[in-house]
Amino acid sequence: MSAASILGKDLTGLEHMTPEQIRLILDTAEPFKEVSERPIKKVPALRGKTIVNLFFEASTRTRISFEFAEKRLSADTVNVSATGSSVSKGETLVDTARNLEAMRIDMVVIRHPSSGAAEFLGRRIASNVINAGDGKHEHPTQALLDLLSIRDKHGKIAGLKVCLVGDVLHSRVARSNLWGLTKLGAEVAVCGPWTLMPRGIEELGVRVFGRVEAAIEWGADVLNVLRLQLERMETGFIPSLREYYRVFGVTPERLERSPKPITIMHPGPMNRGVEIDSRVADGPHSIILDQVTNGVAVRMAVLYLLAGGRAELADAAKRGSE
Amino acid sequence: MPRPKAEDRTILLDARAMSRALQRMAVEITELAGTDDLVLIGIQRRGVELAERIARLIETQEPAAATIPRGALDITLYRDDLETVGPKPVIGETHIPADLSDKHVVIVDDVLYTGRTVRAALDELADFGRPKRISLCVLVDRGGRELPIQADIVGKAVKTAPGERVDVQVVELDGRDQVDVTR
Repeated sequence: MSAASILGKDLTGLEHMTPEQIRLILDTAEPFKEVSERPIKKVPALRGKTIVNLFFEASTRTRISFEFAEKRLSADTVNVSATGSSVSKGETLVDTARNLEAMRIDMVVIRHPSSGAAEFLGRRIASNVINAGDGKHEHPTQALLDLLSIRDKHGKIAGLKVCLVGDVLHSRVARSNLWGLTKLGAEVAVCGPWTLMPRGIEELGVRVFGRVEAAIEWGADVLNVLRLQLERMETGFIPSLREYYRVFGVTPERLERSPKPITIMHPGPMNRGVEIDSRVADGPHSIILDQVTNGVAVRMAVLYLLAGGRAELADAAKRGSE
Repeated sequence: MPRPKAEDRTILLDARAMSRALQRMAVEITELAGTDDLVLIGIQRRGVELAERIARLIETQEPAAATIPRGALDITLYRDDLETVGPKPVIGETHIPADLSDKHVVIVDDVLYTGRTVRAALDELADFGRPKRISLCVLVDRGGRELPIQADIVGKAVKTAPGERVDVQVVELDGRDQVDVTR
């Protein structure tokens, strides 16, 4: 099989990816880290490709990270956000994408409030589609950068104990992490208020803790602290932010109970003093900013691998190698 | 796995011939570039090992000279054929030892064939600075150029047909030093 088709056409989630595909992305991200350290932070790999960043939801980090990744690969990029575009006039997702495609684009990076939006789009347009977060479903590039950051810090992923802390129910980051971590052999736990736990999550083979202390006693190597998603929170999930901090906030006092240092991660943006204490977020075992740095490298790897992954290119590759 | 028949493969350079070629190349590099501003850049993968070896030979031949800076260049992201060959999944390390401005950079590669790799390497080096001169040093020049590019220093020149293959093996990666031509 040619290398061009290893990832397929789209990246919509980690649930249906193989461990080999995930490792390929992480390994490919390694050399891309160095590109961002060069005096000229740019390589011509995707020269002439046009990429549309279609963001139907607010995003700073992810959108900028994708844009840096695209520009450092020399692709041409266009940003479209829901407000100020024809989306606000009622155009459907497929019509928006088909119109963009009529302008001869090569890839779409999409963030959308509806779960499944990226896959829906991928089945209807010929361009590569990359999911930058769809509803409560998946955020695959975030999970990939988390995996890369864990691997950088611990030198491995298999056998590590990783606990996702907080609002698991509304978190696409949690879902993608869960798939990725279990596929690469980590032990995964979740921890948070019962009201913010999806029903039946134990069936996915993860431990469930009702208290942060229990996760620490379990021997967690990594705590990935999820953002309390205030904008998604309907009333009634938690009594108050102050109580949430008191019970589930990741604080130095709680971490002191662990005999070993625990690596602290957060996908951002942080609510300091709610799900995470500032002394932890800025502490010596926090790799939160490394996650941001790795995000660009991982997204470069995904773009690069998918750029050669379209079916007709794979066919051309086969013809070329004969 | 079927092994290639003996008559399909001829040895172009054995370990001793390769050692002699590298020693001569090291001398020619110092004659061409001196040692003061010299930087050796090997092209991934086997060019990196050859550059390291040549750098050590120069340091032995010229004990008075300072350590020769050496680096590695992976040109995958500068290729002009991503569309036809698809992405190469494994990209090697790129490591440039210093600012290349006003240096004499010698690119080291195992085989010079179409010239496309060297074209990509020149583009990539230009993004790291402005060397005062760039020279090209290859162990085997097998002809068949598709671009107006030539080597300054050649270990062994051989005429080959497009269907033939030139395989360079180095001790560090392959367990032995040898260059074969397979028909």
